[in-house]
Order: sequence, then C-alpha cells, then structure tokens
Amino acid sequence: MEHPALQLSGITKRFGSLVANDDISLDLGAGEVLALLGENGAGKSTLVSILFGHYVADAGAIQVFGRPLPPGNPKAALAAGIGMVHQHFTLADNLSVLDNVLIGTEPLWRPRSHRREARAKLLQTSRQFGLTVNPDARIADLSVGERQRVEILKALYRGARILILDEPTAVLTPQEVEALFATLKTLVADGLSIVFISHKLDEVLAVSRRVAVLRQGRLVALRDAGATSKAELAELMVGRRVDAPVRSANVSEGSSIARLSVTGLAAGDKLKDATFDVGRGEIFGIAGVSGNGQAQLADALCGLLMPSRGEIRLDGRPLAPSPRTFIGAGVARVPEDRATVGVIGDLAIWENAISENYRDAQYSRYGWRQRATAKEQAKRIVDQFDVRCSGLDAAARSMSGGNIQKLILGRALVREPVAIVANQPTWGLDVGAVSYIHSQLLAARSRGAAVVLISEDLDELFAIADRVAVMFQGTLSAARSDWTVAQIGLAMAGTSEAAHVPA
Amino acid sequence: MSRLELRTRVPLAIAIIAPIAAVAFTLIACAGLIVWAGAPVGHAYVLLFDGAFGSRFAIAETLTRATPLILTGLAAAVAFRAHFYNIGAEGQLYLGALAAVAVAGGAISLPSALLFPLMIVAGAVAGGLFLLVPALAKTRLGVDEVVTTLLLNFIALLFVSMMLDGPMKDPLSMGWPQSVGIIPELTFGKLIERSRVHSGLIIAIVLAVVLWVVNARTTFGYEMRAVGANARAARFAGVSVNSVMLKTALLSGALAGLAGVGEVAGRAGYLTLDMSPGYGYSGIVIAMLAGLNPLGVVFAAVFVAGIIVGADSMSRAIAVPTYLADVIVAVSLLSMLVATMLARYKVRWS
Repeated sequence: MEHPALQLSGITKRFGSLVANDDISLDLGAGEVLALLGENGAGKSTLVSILFGHYVADAGAIQVFGRPLPPGNPKAALAAGIGMVHQHFTLADNLSVLDNVLIGTEPLWRPRSHRREARAKLLQTSRQFGLTVNPDARIADLSVGERQRVEILKALYRGARILILDEPTAVLTPQEVEALFATLKTLVADGLSIVFISHKLDEVLAVSRRVAVLRQGRLVALRDAGATSKAELAELMVGRRVDAPVRSANVSEGSSIARLSVTGLAAGDKLKDATFDVGRGEIFGIAGVSGNGQAQLADALCGLLMPSRGEIRLDGRPLAPSPRTFIGAGVARVPEDRATVGVIGDLAIWENAISENYRDAQYSRYGWRQRATAKEQAKRIVDQFDVRCSGLDAAARSMSGGNIQKLILGRALVREPVAIVANQPTWGLDVGAVSYIHSQLLAARSRGAAVVLISEDLDELFAIADRVAVMFQGTLSAARSDWTVAQIGLAMAGTSEAAHVPA
Repeated sequence: MSRLELRTRVPLAIAIIAPIAAVAFTLIACAGLIVWAGAPVGHAYVLLFDGAFGSRFAIAETLTRATPLILTGLAAAVAFRAHFYNIGAEGQLYLGALAAVAVAGGAISLPSALLFPLMIVAGAVAGGLFLLVPALAKTRLGVDEVVTTLLLNFIALLFVSMMLDGPMKDPLSMGWPQSVGIIPELTFGKLIERSRVHSGLIIAIVLAVVLWVVNARTTFGYEMRAVGANARAARFAGVSVNSVMLKTALLSGALAGLAGVGEVAGRAGYLTLDMSPGYGYSGIVIAMLAGLNPLGVVFAAVFVAGIIVGADSMSRAIAVPTYLADVIVAVSLLSMLVATMLARYKVRWS
C-alpha cells in the first residue's frame, strides 16, 4: 500500500498550562490540497513549527512518505521534502531571483558557485510548473505576486514534495489570488501535496479537497470541501454561530454635507494625491495592496504626518496637523500597529486608557495626576467595551491583541467622536473580536460619525463600508459603492479600469 | 531541557533577592583577584566593610562620597528613563561648580540670604543650559546625543581650565590653577561634627524623593515615562515628545550641575581641575545599578561610595591595589544587570 505524503499521529504540545496542540492526527495524500483552518491561537502555527522542526512535540510522531521524521531538526524536514512559504516573504530585496533561490543551498566553503547549472535547473523547474520568472530580476523590482512565485520556486528548487503555504493570499490582489490557485492546481497535478493555511473560508473551499478545522489546539473536524459550507466551517472554527454584521440603511442618505473632507492631500513620496469626503453616518473604505501609501494617508488623518500639500477639514474647519488637535476636535484614531503605536506596553492599562486626554482637567490638576478619576474612567472603558485583562494596574502588553484593540477603540469611542480613522482595525484578530469591532464601527456610524476604514481585507470593506476608494501608488481613486471584486482587483493592481472592465 | 519564559509580573521576593544575589556573586567573583594579590580574602573583605561602614568616620566619608554620586546618578537616571543618553554629567558638574564659584566667590556683594539660593540656582542653570545644546541638536537635527554630550565633557573641562588659569584664578594660589574660595557664609553646613559630610547630602536625598514623586504622581512624570517607554506611541497619543525631551535634558543637566555646586560649596571650598574623580561617569553606573529608579539611586550611590572608600582603607591596611574598587563596581554592575534581567524570567523545566 502506498504511504501518505505526510502523516501526523497524536501530536501534542503544551506551553505551561496551555495545550497548543492536543492529540492531533492528520494525513495528507499525495497530490492533495489540505486546508488548515482556524482562528489565531488555534494551534496552526505550532503544528507547522513542529512539522518543520522548530518545536519538539511532547507526544506524537510524524511520518513523511512512510519514513519517520526526526523531531526538532529543520534540516531533516527540508531533506525529507517539506517546503514552506511564509506569509512574510524571506527574500533579500537587493539580490536577484537566482541568488535568492541559491542562498543556503551551497556550502560556504565551495570556492565558486555553480551558477550556470543552477540557472538551468531553476529555468527547468519554472517551466515544469508554469511559474514564469526572470532569474536575473531584482526582487525589489517584482510585484508581490511575483515574489510569492519566487518563494514557491525556492521551495521547489530544493526538491520540496510537500508545500506548506501560510496565509498565502493575505497580501495578494484578487487577480493574483486566482493566479496562485491556478499554480497550486498545476503543482498538485504534478503530484505535490499542499497544506494551505488560512482563515478565509471562500478560498479554503475554492482550493482544497479536504478541510481540517483546529480550535483551541484540537482538531475539531475534517470535512470534504465539497460536502461542507461556509456557515458550517465558520461555526466549527469559532465554536458557535457567527452572524454577519448587519448594516442599516445609510444614515446620511439625503444629507450631502461632508463631515470629514480631504482635498489634494500629499506627503513625502508615498502619498501623492488623496481627495475624498465622508458624510455623517458613512463608512468610507480605502482598499489597496499594502505599501501603496495607505500608511501615510492614515498618519496624515491621525495628525501625525505634516502634509506637503492639501488639507483636512472636519465639519468645515481645517485641522492643524498635530495629534492633540485631532483628538481635541473629536477624531477617534485606531492605528495599524496596535501594540507599538496604539498603546504604551510598559505602562499600566489605566494609564493607557486615558493616554489621549491625560491633560484634561479631570485627569490633571495643577500638574498632579488625578489617579482616582483616571482609574474610574479606565474601569468604565474596560466594562463597557468588554476588555479582558488581569487588572487595571497590569501592563498593557500583558493583554492579547484583541483586547488591546478593544481598549484603543474604547478609549476613543467613549468620548463619542465625530470622526473615526481606523487603519486595519481587525488585522490578525480572531473572528469574535473582528465581529465586535465591526459592530462598534457600525454603531458609531449610526450615531452620525464619519468613519474612514483603511483595510487590505476586501471582505471587510464589502461587508461594512458604504463606499470604497482604492489607493494605488499614492493616489486615491474615485469612490464607488458598486465595485465588483474583479473591478476593484484591477484598480488595486493599477490597471486602468475603463479599458479592462469586462462588458 | 529548560526554557526561559517572560514573567508578566516580578514577585516582590525575587525583586529583593536579585540584587542581593548579584552582590554576593560579585564578592565571590572578586575574591580571586584578592587571592591573586596575595591577601587573605575574608580579612580583606572585613577591612573593606570596616573602611566603608565600620566607624563614625568611615560612614561620614562614605556619605560624603555618596553625595555627588546621588546627584549625578539622578541626572543619568532621569535622562536615561526618557531614552536621552546624557554621558556629559562630568562636564555639567564642572560648569555647575564654576557657576557657583562665580556667584559665591566674593565677586558679587549681596546679602548671603540671597546669594546662597542664587549660587545653587546658578549651578543648576549652568548644568542645564550646557545640556540644552545637545538636546536641541537631537530633537531638531537628530544628532546622536551620546557623541555630543561625551565630547562636550572635554570642552567643559578645557573651558574650566582656561578660567582657572585666567580670569577666575585665585591670586593667592601660588601659581596653582585653582579658583578663589567660596566665601565662608555661603558654604554648606556640616551634618556631623569633625567630618566632611555636608547638607548637600540632604538636598540630594530630598531631590531623589521629589523625583520619585514627580515620576509617579505628576503629569510631567507620566509624559517622561511615556516618552521613555515608547516615543512613537506617546507621540500618537498627543505627547509633545520633543518638548518633554528638552525639559528632561534641562532637568538632568541641572542635577549634574548641582553635584558640582555641592562639591565646591560643601566639600572642597574652591574649584580645581581634579575635583571630580569621574563622578559624572560613575553616575551612569549608579543609575543602571538602581534600575533608573530615583530612590534606588540613593542606595546604589551609597553602595558604590562605600566600595570606593572601603577599598581605599583596605589597600592602606594590606597591600591590595585600590583598583580593586573599580573592578568590584564594574562586576557588580554587570551581575546586577544580569540579575535583573533574569528576575524578569522564570525557568521552566520540561
């Protein structure tokens, strides 16, 4: 009988009292795509780390093509034919594709590298799997989709027969996702086996044959992709029913007065031109592939970045670029980097809860801090926004990402802001926290706030934004409320939509 | 196999045991050097302890030494806490002393009730302003303050040397480069009869307590801690990072300047170029030993002063070089840093 490509039996891993992997048994057939589905903290990364030899399992065994894999040895995993494509690419930007593929495959003491043979082998591999790439191109000049292709080639070049893809679609446009899926089909047809790690249900159903769902370290279900549904997978993943956020009719319908209006905003060489209005009770979405100037736009909208041109007005009054002005004018800000910009990790939770208005009279009298009132306010925020923490005096860094985000959102929303600027507010959060944050943004919207939602997650934008505009190379497109996925994908890739929108 | 895990909170017992263990380790590690010098270890350490704390005289000497060290330690602790690395306390100390002599050397005739506070303020202002230049260069132009403050030490010393050989030279010094004396009414009072301990010690301890209160209870203290812990997040929350940085620098320089005032008006009486055996630099070690805690600085300064004074007396009694003091202080700093780092972790055996 033929052995499965990969067989995990009874894998268990504990970190202190936390059971990260609890008796997981799985097998992966040759030529199969198996999706590994689960929330953050469900144990996906731990399982992959064990497979790759970064961790040693407390119990259980791994067999690759019928042979046992020695634990805790990354080299053995590579030699056995396991290849990994990380979510954040591990490529050297200033080297060529060929150099990147070659790095680490040749011993350092070899006097010269066999570049000609390597080039031939790379070209042959790339032809075999239909992964066209120019070996002499510099990584820095490649698009994100092309870089991912190089990562896959790198693994294949080293003879990988089992590919592990960690959240491979997170950084891609919809068209690039399509191209990736086509590539995966070719690879599978050639007999490779693929583990596809994701939390996006549509993609999992589109690409995999079987879906393994992890929850709290346990394998809770193994389903055939054809015999399950998004709703069932979501429920299995979270452990309860998940309701999509409900968006009521646009509050600003009929009122054309802009709350937040941005004209001709430019800053540095990343942000070239952004013009948009956000009305009362509107969620304005900004889509785009990471690195197209969204970070600079967000900084400018938070008062952190001095624009070289253009202005930001709130209810008609121009806002001077300083965080304090923006906070004072009632702009709630949710930064992309919640743990290192949103909170000061070493300070106590109560100190972070009032960090945006610590100078207000109720928290500071004659230069002395009013600790009692500050703690009361912190208590109010923690209770009202369901922030789970071990106490108000604990350091902010002791909280999980989701709770840090609730604290950041809570301290801004508790002051009933007139505008909200949220940059990737749900990035990396689990489904429960995501739906909580969406519901809070929608609630603020129905109170009449103007919400700017910058996100790389199109599902999120389609779910809660009223209108969406696309950032590409520092310029913001016109906003539309009727994008199709194909159209927005083309806009994200910078292709002129007029010429390419399918009839 | 064992692994280190980060603790969310350091238990009190471990926070107390860690520095004691570090000192114990230091004494054990330095015992080898004493053996190498051909002296009995136990006897040497007894002599060292006696020399530092064994008599009224020893304690008085140790506290005299500790006074400038507390102030330069506070100067470093305040600045380092805000991630402003002031290595220039030595220069600020000398300029503070120079300003004190300029005010209180008899050149200005005012009632001493007025001159005395003026002398103290002048020393603090001189130290603070001298640090303002590197602070502005850092906040405005991004110039690394470690380099500028370090190099300004030499400029300060050469400037003081110029003044002591020129306009501020004592005409009665028989050619030695030293300043005129502080007029007697303006010198600091003695705390202990027939010793050198002066009221500067009280000022230093009071300032340590004040700084602790400022840190923990005031809005400015919150701003300093926020900027020090995470400047990006502080800026996002609306703290004017640059202004906090400048105020912190002024405060740090003023504290170092006060150390100079204390030395010249409390101990020496006049200014010479060898007044400070590197108190400014020792302040950095003391601040690190204290974990940048203002109250800890007081204890760390007494500890370091005790080692220096004790090693002096030990070397007089048995032939062990006084350099041992430097080694003990250095080893204790290293082991203290390692101990506090380890205290933040727990070892998990698996």
